[in-house]
Amino acid sequence: MYARWVLTALLVWPAVAAVAILIAPPRWAKHLGFVASLIEFAIAVPLWWTFVPSGGMQFVCDAPWIQVPLFGTGAPWSIHYTVGVDGISLFMVLLTTLLVPLSVLGSYSYITTRERAYYALLLVLTSGMIGVFVALDLFLFYVMWEVMLIPMYFIIGVWGGDSRLYAAIKFFIYTMFGSLLMLVAILALVYLVGQRTGIFSFDYFHLMRNLGDLGPLAFWLFAAFFLAFAIKVPMFPFHTWLPDAHVEAPTAGSVILAGILLKMGTYGFLRFAVPFFPAVALAPPVETAIVALSLVGILYGGLVAMVQPDFKKLIAYSSVAHLGFVMLGIWALTLQSVQGALLVMINHGISTGALFFLVGMIYERRHSRLIAAYGGIARVVPLFAAILTFVSLSSIGLPGTNGFVGEFLVLVGAFRTHPVAAGIAATGVIVAAAYLLWALQRVIFNPLDKPENEKLPDLTPRELAVLLPLVACIVWIGVYPKPILDRMEPAARQFIESVRPPGPTATAIAP
Amino acid sequence: MPSALQLLWLVPALPLAGFLANGVLALRRPRAKHAVSIIGVGVLLAALALAIVIVLAFLREGTPGPLVFPYWEWMPVGELHVTVALQLDQLSAVMLLVVTGVSSLIHVFSVGYMGEDPGYARYFAYLNLFVFFMLVLVLGASFPVMFVGWEGVGLCSYLLIGFWFNERINADAGKKAFLVNRIGDVGFLVAMLMIFAHTGSLDFQPLFAQAPKLFTPGGPAVTAITLLLFLGCTGKSAQIPLYTWLPDAMQGPTPVSALIHAATMVTAGVYLVARCNVLYALAPVASAVVAGIGALTAFFAATIALKQWDIKRVLAYSTVSQLGYMFLGVGSGAYAAGIFHLVTHAFFKALLFLGAGSVIHALHHAYHATHSREDAQDMRNMGGLARHLPWTSTLMWVATLAIAGIPPFAGFFSKDQILSAAFSLGDVHPLWYVYWLLGLLTALLTAFYMTRLMLYTFHGPNRTGERESAHLREAPWVMTGPLVVLAALSLAGGALNVPALLRGREWLEHWLEPVTAVAARLRPGIEVPHGTEWALVIAAVAAAGLGIIAAVRLLRPEELVPARLAPAERGFARVLWKKWYVDEIYDFLFVRPLIWLSREVLWRTIDLGLIDGAGVNGAARLSRALGWIGSRLQTGQLGFYVVLFVGGVLAVLWTAVR
Repeated sequence: MYARWVLTALLVWPAVAAVAILIAPPRWAKHLGFVASLIEFAIAVPLWWTFVPSGGMQFVCDAPWIQVPLFGTGAPWSIHYTVGVDGISLFMVLLTTLLVPLSVLGSYSYITTRERAYYALLLVLTSGMIGVFVALDLFLFYVMWEVMLIPMYFIIGVWGGDSRLYAAIKFFIYTMFGSLLMLVAILALVYLVGQRTGIFSFDYFHLMRNLGDLGPLAFWLFAAFFLAFAIKVPMFPFHTWLPDAHVEAPTAGSVILAGILLKMGTYGFLRFAVPFFPAVALAPPVETAIVALSLVGILYGGLVAMVQPDFKKLIAYSSVAHLGFVMLGIWALTLQSVQGALLVMINHGISTGALFFLVGMIYERRHSRLIAAYGGIARVVPLFAAILTFVSLSSIGLPGTNGFVGEFLVLVGAFRTHPVAAGIAATGVIVAAAYLLWALQRVIFNPLDKPENEKLPDLTPRELAVLLPLVACIVWIGVYPKPILDRMEPAARQFIESVRPPGPTATAIAP
Repeated sequence: MPSALQLLWLVPALPLAGFLANGVLALRRPRAKHAVSIIGVGVLLAALALAIVIVLAFLREGTPGPLVFPYWEWMPVGELHVTVALQLDQLSAVMLLVVTGVSSLIHVFSVGYMGEDPGYARYFAYLNLFVFFMLVLVLGASFPVMFVGWEGVGLCSYLLIGFWFNERINADAGKKAFLVNRIGDVGFLVAMLMIFAHTGSLDFQPLFAQAPKLFTPGGPAVTAITLLLFLGCTGKSAQIPLYTWLPDAMQGPTPVSALIHAATMVTAGVYLVARCNVLYALAPVASAVVAGIGALTAFFAATIALKQWDIKRVLAYSTVSQLGYMFLGVGSGAYAAGIFHLVTHAFFKALLFLGAGSVIHALHHAYHATHSREDAQDMRNMGGLARHLPWTSTLMWVATLAIAGIPPFAGFFSKDQILSAAFSLGDVHPLWYVYWLLGLLTALLTAFYMTRLMLYTFHGPNRTGERESAHLREAPWVMTGPLVVLAALSLAGGALNVPALLRGREWLEHWLEPVTAVAARLRPGIEVPHGTEWALVIAAVAAAGLGIIAAVRLLRPEELVPARLAPAERGFARVLWKKWYVDEIYDFLFVRPLIWLSREVLWRTIDLGLIDGAGVNGAARLSRALGWIGSRLQTGQLGFYVVLFVGGVLAVLWTAVR
């Protein structure tokens, strides 16, 4: 019962709750939203125990959805509602359901206008995000990909900062540009496989099994997927929507954007782009280019983050650097690096999410995101300063926190296949320390020289309730990540085995 | 196995618990000073007592091999197995006692020194956390676990240097320390990656046992690994080229300088080389680099110490210099001598810093009482303090004689063993004679600048000010007590390892033999004839004596004027006073260009200009322009449409006819 319906429940429940919020009185909106997202989390939590690490796709639910003959092919195009999770998507689902209630709670005092619409959109967004991670039918996947786009567009465009419209439209067009190309590629894929097998199905495993050799077309199909996902990650040079979107989005928008939406890009590579077209993705020129772009992301993102005057922009650029580690880990294609990449995806959601919450909390008090507007406030808000310091340390990968485990695994794994790239990536930890510690100094240390900062109130219990779960995760994953690593290992292993080109290239892995 | 050994985990766990308790107090009840002192000092004394019991049990056990206590699997992924495990062997036992012992004394001292600070609870929280990480560093049984301690102590150093964070100079110094250390840490990190790629393990015990089989002696792999590890050491232990953070680190409270930036944390690099002695024995080139950088740093830092006026800065450069000695020792393959100097240095340098703290405390109170804003750390504002602080003065003289290397004080034995180890390698390559000579010159300079410090601080006329000098008082017993203990250790610590030449038993050398046995086989030490050895001892003592006599004869404490009246330094003295301008050079070569590159090139030009401006918004402008052209065609005037229509028809006809 639970196994069969849990994913559907996770998918449908937020949408239902969104409708309820819209019809309930406005002053209930945030409480309803919080309760609904907590219930969502409660539904998801048993996944942790019921998930069987070695079991491949689980909690699968499959039902025919749309069956129409199209394009005069005679055979019906079979679109199914197919959902399921493995060791890769499990954690994305759990991360989503963890971050949403915190985001709702974190919005309590930030959002003061059109509350019903805001919380309803946040819940619709949740449905879309869950859908992206659990869809095993490419049509369903595409629909969910677009479903999550629209609420985010409104959240940025309506509740955002001063130039919210520019940011929202930029975000929308950037993403749309990539996803339309992906739609074309999906359709082409279904058509090509359908021609060969006589079954025009969007089913993920059907496509995987019957792809065969697509010849030179494979490159263009990969390119279309690549563009869609690379924009989402975002990889250099497709990243410029991110700083604007982050800066303008309300706190919860930034948290979800960084915590979940960016992971859809790397998830897309892990689930679709690389397994579908391993020969292209791992061909020397493509591989070299992607590894190089990852390194550029790590160093460039960090260096540009260092000189940002706006704290939110700084965190946005730091995301480019963190996601560079993920991309490097995926392409290095060793067990350590792939699991490390998955862990960095989780860690980035936790640590960067917490950083955005913290910046949002101080913004609510002082209405400025500029680093220069602060200084020395550790004396007036010691609790805020302590948590900001701790989270920053996790973000720069201090051993003992989650950040270290992820980056270390990526580097250890990457060094075995790409020693030079791993060595260059390792210097990224210096840059990371530079931008965050410098920002930290200018915000919480240095002289307390601005009178408007002298009376800032420290964190409230509600704000602590938002931050402490994330702090707990930082410690837990930093000290004892084994339960997570155990659950993701079979899926990571399977990913590597399914894409590693047979023959001599396999021996590139050092004994 | 006796039960006491099973409690090894509790030694680091006690200060960790102290950190958590004091951390909560710092955030919630910052005024509960009694509770903070009891917790903060209590956990340390308990940890020290437990450490002594454990080391005694280990002695009784008499096992030569290391005892490894695994606790939980940390990062198990495929072939990678990283376990959270602690290791007790002869080397970590020595470090365990030094760390808990010196830390306990400095915690006690801090109760007096920091007593009136509003951040008292936070201070003890950080200090407890530091001890936790330091114990993880010395007890860790694998590179990653050691790295937890390695970066953790760096974090505490960062927090404590910038302890009074509302002054920019302190926050700057903390950040600089962390960043410079991170540069070194990348070396450590990449070394770990290489070790795993080459051996498939990161645990000390299997790795060192099999290293002679896994690596070709002198091969590129082991040389690269050891050099990268040493890059980590140059950061943590403040050696050329990454030493610049340590003098700035003196911005922290003085007991912190004594504990972290003199006695324990900064010696972690020496411990690392000694721990990896097998790898270094397999990499003679890397060992020569270690010794060379050590000798060079020892000499270079000593020259800077000659012209500093801030009492703590003199001691800071002295620490850099003494750490150089330790690297000269371990680089020469004299691992026991290097660790010996680490231990004795921990005693006398902690004593010197705490003594300086006691002086600063007295001056600070005097200036506070008279509301003057003079610099309480500038030696030009001191002078004649022996009359006011007789205990501090006497005890610091003990430490001065120890660091100068005058027999029978502790420093004499340890320094002498390092110098003779370096000299003995001169047969292998004459370069080692140069190292030895640098070491000998450093001994002379050390004696000189330390005597200078003592003369200017405690002797001659007093320059503090007439009203102020009435307020100068000796520190309370909680502060002088630890000084007495450290002085006793500085006096007698040499007994740990009296050389055979002086009919000693070389106890420490033999104690560490199980740890260094493989390295000793790979790279046997060279015996020096007794006559030469005596000559070396006499040379070292003569250099030290010369330094002291020169300082006494040449320096004129009575001619000094208080800092605010002092003329600027000129000529070569100015170069030394400005620390050879190394900070300025680094700033010009690295810091500014990097920030300029990031801000002007990467961000403003590439990101905002090229990608976003020309690319993204350019595409938007292009489509808007196309739309505008299109919209111009929709004029709504019939005549215009007719013209277009006719033109179109003609064009079609023309192409058809052609």
